[in-house]
Amino acid sequence: MTRIPIELRTEALEQLLVERGLVDPKVMDAYIKMYEKDVGPLNGARVVAKAWTDPEYKARLLDDGTAAVAELGFKGPQGEHLVVVENTDEVHNVVVCTLCSCYPWPLLGLPPSWYKDPAYRARVVREPRTVLAEMGLEVPADRRIEVWDSSSEARFFVLPRRPEGTEDHTEEQLVALVARDTMVGVAEVRA
Amino acid sequence: MSTVHPTPGVHDLGGAEGWGRAPVPKPDEPVFGERWEARAFALALLSMRVSGTNLDAFRHSMSRLDREDYFDDGYYGRWLHGAENLLSDSTIVAPGTVEARAARLAGESDVDEPPAPEPHRPDYTPTAGGSIRTIESPPAFKVGDRVRARRFDPPGHTRLPRYVMGHEGTVGIVEPAQVLPDSHAHFQGENAQWVYTVRFGSRELFGPDAEQFDLNIDLYESYLEATG
Repeated sequence: MTRIPIELRTEALEQLLVERGLVDPKVMDAYIKMYEKDVGPLNGARVVAKAWTDPEYKARLLDDGTAAVAELGFKGPQGEHLVVVENTDEVHNVVVCTLCSCYPWPLLGLPPSWYKDPAYRARVVREPRTVLAEMGLEVPADRRIEVWDSSSEARFFVLPRRPEGTEDHTEEQLVALVARDTMVGVAEVRA
Repeated sequence: MSTVHPTPGVHDLGGAEGWGRAPVPKPDEPVFGERWEARAFALALLSMRVSGTNLDAFRHSMSRLDREDYFDDGYYGRWLHGAENLLSDSTIVAPGTVEARAARLAGESDVDEPPAPEPHRPDYTPTAGGSIRTIESPPAFKVGDRVRARRFDPPGHTRLPRYVMGHEGTVGIVEPAQVLPDSHAHFQGENAQWVYTVRFGSRELFGPDAEQFDLNIDLYESYLEATG
């Protein structure tokens, strides 16, 4: 039997649920818009820039991530309990979900394709240094690697290292430097 | 300690070989690569509500897909196939209905669709929103304790991956108590319990030739036993 193209399958299910009044297409549109426009890595970048410029905030963030990001208004689905891990010159943290693709939505939005890729999910818990190098990040040999597998409802978030040469940057300038992948631990922030 | 050798679930990918190189991240990738992915995302979220189920049941609905349905249509394809399982379990959509409608959409006007069945949603009400709960019992383990991940092979859902089963690690963080996915996914009670972030040495997990690193993973209290 020929496999039904997934586009068609999706359209069929939507029609079936909508015509029986079980699903409202406007609610679907609102969910989609929320994650296309409103909830994305800019939220996480704001958290990082604030932590870099406000030592007391950084201490709160590392102590109780959920409460500290709620101070900035970030909460919601997949953000019930947040654990923030700090990258330093001694340790590099990287996050995965081997069982599905759990990800801190309120701070980073929906996961990028590489995070959902079976190769990443399978291998970063077995050979993280090799996997990170394949993805373009060479972790110095003397830097310890910690991998975090998101198997409960706790979500892990990486506070990346602040790059040299940004001492005079404003918080807003720093926000612009912090890309999505640095907050999962597969890239470093570049000045 | 038992000698169960668990069967690999299709979703339980940690440590698996044969997947090739990790992809190089694309910085400007859209949130949804194609429109159907956005529709499938929203449909799956709403299907949890329509079917009267929960997030753990949704995760399990994907774990029991066959390899084609799990992998071949990508991440949001998996969500759609999982949502269909939930809707089928709660008899919202009869078997064969989606296929028949898809055939009609493809131009086959003479395809009959099964009638809409009487829904049978699970008899279950959460005790609170989300997964975190306050429980009376104190944590069985504290930071620094040595623990072993049990080996078991439940017939249904679990969040204990194969690659840590039977291995010893150290409690790194005591997390808040949470609803146990293993029973919650099957509407057999919340069984809220403490969750521990346990740190395993890579060579404990993968042998003496493994890269040197630490692996931290959240494990529910009933997944763990004290060592010694």
